[in-house]
Amino acid sequence: MAQKTPLNAVHRALGARMVDFAGWDMPVQYAGVVTEHEAVRSAAGLFDVSHMGEIEFRGEGALDSANALISNDLRRIADGQAVYAGLLNHQGGFVDDVVAYRFSPERVLICVNASNREKDFAWMVENSPRVRPLNRSDDFAQLAVQGPKAAGILQRLTTVPLQDIATYHFREGEVAGVPCIISRTGYTGEDGFELYCPPDGAERLWNAVLEAGRADGLLPAGLGARDTLRTEMKYALYGNDIDDAHTPLEAGLGWIVKWDKGDFVGRAALAEQKARGVQRKLVGFEMREAGIPRHGYLLQKDGQPVGEVTSGTMGPTVKKAIGIGYVPTALAAEATPLEVDIRGRPARAEVVKTPFKHKP
Amino acid sequence: MADNPKNLRYTKEHEWARRDGKAVVVGVTAHAQESLGDVVYVELPKVGATVTAGSPFGVVESTKAVSELFAPISGKVTRVNAALADEPSTINSDPYGAGWIVEVEPSDPAQLDGLMDADAYQELLAKTAT
Repeated sequence: MAQKTPLNAVHRALGARMVDFAGWDMPVQYAGVVTEHEAVRSAAGLFDVSHMGEIEFRGEGALDSANALISNDLRRIADGQAVYAGLLNHQGGFVDDVVAYRFSPERVLICVNASNREKDFAWMVENSPRVRPLNRSDDFAQLAVQGPKAAGILQRLTTVPLQDIATYHFREGEVAGVPCIISRTGYTGEDGFELYCPPDGAERLWNAVLEAGRADGLLPAGLGARDTLRTEMKYALYGNDIDDAHTPLEAGLGWIVKWDKGDFVGRAALAEQKARGVQRKLVGFEMREAGIPRHGYLLQKDGQPVGEVTSGTMGPTVKKAIGIGYVPTALAAEATPLEVDIRGRPARAEVVKTPFKHKP
Repeated sequence: MADNPKNLRYTKEHEWARRDGKAVVVGVTAHAQESLGDVVYVELPKVGATVTAGSPFGVVESTKAVSELFAPISGKVTRVNAALADEPSTINSDPYGAGWIVEVEPSDPAQLDGLMDADAYQELLAKTAT
């Protein structure tokens, strides 16, 4: 029996097509993936991402305990700021990729992927040096309002001055009368916010945002558009592009590893990998002949298998067939020709600079 | 649910077939395009290729998924809808018209009569609807 977010009935009433995602009954599309994708790029989209989990560290030593578990550094940021980070295993591989919110040195909230809620929590309990984390996933719904018009739309629903919230910063405040963590973060490559609220406020908040944004072209958007949007940005999707067997250094996420922060789980393994040299890298590529790369397709060089596609789609904004995958470091440079085995037919591709979609 | 034209024959894989003189034109149904979502790529057979009833002859892809096309009848491909290369979304907007996929010269024209008519197909859709 799939789990349901507090907005399940709302999605069905909107005519969403529902799919199982990581054990959750989630909307994959409403009006259509391309329409929703374009709404987010040109106006705004509203996503239910309540399936994401939240794990909290609270009390004296909260920050240090959370910081010992993640690759980025909560001591470098101020209260009211967030960081993207790796939650790593002892081999340096990703247990998950997370966003950690620093409320104060005594309170840190970590947002984790739906598919990893229980695994992450168990890992954190096992490895937290001091403060025992709390699994607060059931205490939060989460809506993402994304797109160039997101801030203008939300500002009509809150007295919190949104222009004061910079990217990867957050504040607490009411939106449409619902108490929220208002975070200027997202997974689309557009400006926007993620709103964490109590589950019983989710429907009120959802309807208020939908109403406030209608005239601006805001549309409800599903997991389908979320995936094409993030793929155009080469944002990693856990389970596709990153997993327990791949490290941030291989995934091109060296920037979320802060070497000077002191020890954290996975650091020794990463240091060793760095010293040895990173053998494979996650690259973005564009097709140079017909075909769409898909997760699991083989990447080849001169007919020899060299890696695998981890994500691929037809990018609605870039209007190209694009893919992400691991290749040996020697083949990771821009303009390197590769082939993708598309159902037995080798199709030409080329490593390109990412994100595929350049910021305006 | 869109009405399925009465003059077509249908398969359980949600393809349609229409007799057009000696040839049979093949496409996917309104239900198929609806379930696929935005069609972004179509892989067509070559003109002259042989197709076999019930076997894959091409591929349609949406942003998210890859789906095989199954031939409703056996025969030889006489024309393909090359316009789909540039405008694959025609399959969404006009599945029974401009979104046709291939034209086949059937090896056994009677095969067409073995396929479902519109009423039987409608019944199948009703049965599988959730």
